[in-house]
Amino acid sequence: MGASAHAPTAVAAVNDDAFKDIARGRIAVWWFLASEIMVFGGFITCYVLFRYAHGGWEDAARHVNWKLGAVNTVVLLTSSLTMILAHHAVKVGDKQGVKTFLGLTIALGLTFLVIKGFEYHAEFAEGFTPLSGLFWSFYFLMTGLHGLHLLVGIIINLSLLVMALRGTIWACGDRVELGGLYWHFVDVVWIFLFPLLYLT
Amino acid sequence: MATATPSEIRVGAHHEPHLGFLRSYVFSVDHKVIAKQYLGLSLFMALLGGAAAYLIRWQLAWPETYVPGWGYVEPQQYNAIITMHGTIMIFFVAMPFVLGAFGNFLIPLMVGADDMAFPRLNMMSFWTLFVGSAVLIASFFVPAGPAAGGWTAYAPLSARPIYTGVTWGQNLWLIAVAIEFASFLMGGINFLTTALNMRVPGMTLWRLPMLVWTELIAAVLFMLSVGPLIAGAFMLLLDRIAGTSFFVPDKGGDPLLWQHLFWFFGHPEVYVVGLPGFGIMMEIIPVFSRKPLYGYKTIVWGMIAAGVLSFVVWAHHMFVSGIDPRLATPFSITTILISVPFAIIVFSLLVTLWGGKIELTSAMLFAVGGLATFIIGGVTGIFLGSAGLDVYLHGTYFVVAHFHYTLMPLAIFGGFAGLYFWFPKMFGRMMNETLGRIHFLATFICFNCVFIPLFLAGVAGNPRRIYEMSSYDFLKPAQPLHVIATIATLGLLAGQIPFIINFFMSLVRGRKAERNPWHANTLEWCTDSPPPHGNFSQPMVVYRDPYEYGNPDAPKDWMAQNEPPAAPAPLGGGQIRRTGTR
Repeated sequence: MGASAHAPTAVAAVNDDAFKDIARGRIAVWWFLASEIMVFGGFITCYVLFRYAHGGWEDAARHVNWKLGAVNTVVLLTSSLTMILAHHAVKVGDKQGVKTFLGLTIALGLTFLVIKGFEYHAEFAEGFTPLSGLFWSFYFLMTGLHGLHLLVGIIINLSLLVMALRGTIWACGDRVELGGLYWHFVDVVWIFLFPLLYLT
Repeated sequence: MATATPSEIRVGAHHEPHLGFLRSYVFSVDHKVIAKQYLGLSLFMALLGGAAAYLIRWQLAWPETYVPGWGYVEPQQYNAIITMHGTIMIFFVAMPFVLGAFGNFLIPLMVGADDMAFPRLNMMSFWTLFVGSAVLIASFFVPAGPAAGGWTAYAPLSARPIYTGVTWGQNLWLIAVAIEFASFLMGGINFLTTALNMRVPGMTLWRLPMLVWTELIAAVLFMLSVGPLIAGAFMLLLDRIAGTSFFVPDKGGDPLLWQHLFWFFGHPEVYVVGLPGFGIMMEIIPVFSRKPLYGYKTIVWGMIAAGVLSFVVWAHHMFVSGIDPRLATPFSITTILISVPFAIIVFSLLVTLWGGKIELTSAMLFAVGGLATFIIGGVTGIFLGSAGLDVYLHGTYFVVAHFHYTLMPLAIFGGFAGLYFWFPKMFGRMMNETLGRIHFLATFICFNCVFIPLFLAGVAGNPRRIYEMSSYDFLKPAQPLHVIATIATLGLLAGQIPFIINFFMSLVRGRKAERNPWHANTLEWCTDSPPPHGNFSQPMVVYRDPYEYGNPDAPKDWMAQNEPPAAPAPLGGGQIRRTGTR
């Protein structure tokens, strides 16, 4: 047996261990995001396979408003930028910057949801509902779930903003980073949904 | 040498906080209490699942007769009972037993930590599971009864109420299972973070006890496989509630898609339940053989290989579902390939036993008995992996016997082995060995007498999923086999009575356990039985591999992981003896 191991080597060994340097919160959030990727991955794979197997979805897909979708893509990408700037502000200790950029991120997230709401309204007015065929079922399910995730992200950022306003955020600054990881994830999901639902 | 990081400083004595009853026993954040809650929940649900097995078997042996303690089993009831038996046993017995109870209890203790990385999340994952169980039990009492589309909930049977006549039962089933998934995803965060991040100095990844490895791999497999089924469950629920048609063919949906989503999860799930069972055996067999575990690293890599392969075998559950025959061959190959890592584990354990000083305690009996029965399950799996043979066997009792022969040895035999082994650590008292051995003999003999006849019935072509077989002439020759299986089931259920007596008697009147009653090496044996709040009274440092048993050069035949080396390393430092664990 490896009975020759002696104390100093043994102790040093674990401190060389790369995993122990990763903050717990980060492991947890990445775990959560990985499981979320599998959920959205499941939806997206089902959608792609269905669309591949059954023709005639182009006619339905033509009715979504790609222009508003494109605007929303820009809005969401910009919100990822402001989120990164908020994280940066935490790092450099810019108290005003944290509040500003968290506020901007929240505002952009809400803008996305409002635009999405107008889209839904127009589609319902034209008579397209989740029951109007498989494309619409997938469209409303995936964008709806994405919207819910965005709403959760907005709530997380709101709680961070409250902490920033109270000044308590400096004790746990990595929370902005962790909230940011989630925010970017929601953004990336949209990067997949936009071409798959609007551009094909 | 680096200085200690904050997580290491956290390890150490904690004052027992004076919390009320609710915070100490109900909404506790202590991983040991949570583990016992998982244990209690799984044993309670096992009673329900066992009762379902009793009704199923009675109906199959003596169709449409009065079942003592229940009444007559109606056809619709039979479908519902068989659905609930599978669902309860997999999701609410096996998973809370081997993952919830043993994972929660042992991961922090074995890595030397004071608790899980996120104690409140840990509490939440148990109570989420509790809600899931409550929803599932509630589904028994809604109008039209519980889900009756099989534990796999195949669409379109599950997608429209008209097919099974079940309305809210199936919806609640979906909700309960989704809640259960959420619970174990939360639990997995703790498993991973604790095992990676909270190891004490010296506890490198290659010194982790096997149980931690298996729980870790199981948690990752679960996380990576369950997502698409959660997506599918959403879609199925919408099909039922909102009227979409993802899985309903008449509006362009595809029922086969559900099977793909289900088994993409379902096959890794077998290993999620199975690997921790192996982990328990791999802890127990070296202890009672007084030998190091053979092939530690090979086993770890084998399990990782099995985990990766488990994502590309799912279609072997669908050989008879009308998939493209060109798909069948690659899935046959991967399925047969996946038996290689499991053969590695089995042979490593056999070699570990070879020439050891074997001591047949109840724990060891269950571990070795489970290993032996698993071999039958594994070998019959190779039969089913080959697509040509599977087409004949898949719809028969052969498959029923096969999956009971894989899951029961790992989850139930393994779980019982673990319970006999760690009961002293969990509750501070020893279990009664005589009752334990009676329990083992009854379980082992009766289990084999239930399922060997079912193998035979399956090979004879007896289809499964039939409510009443006596009306088919071609099934009459198989009927005696079903009678044997049912009588053995009664024995199997009665055989659990000594366990129940033993469990509760030992809780109250068992002999007080010392710290290390089995002379085992891993860190949980280096603290009190049961461990205090915070687990260890002094910070742990690990110097050794987990399985240093029976070293003839060592002063005693076990060397705990925290035992400092007696002498400094020899000059020149090249004298590394490599027997056993590597």
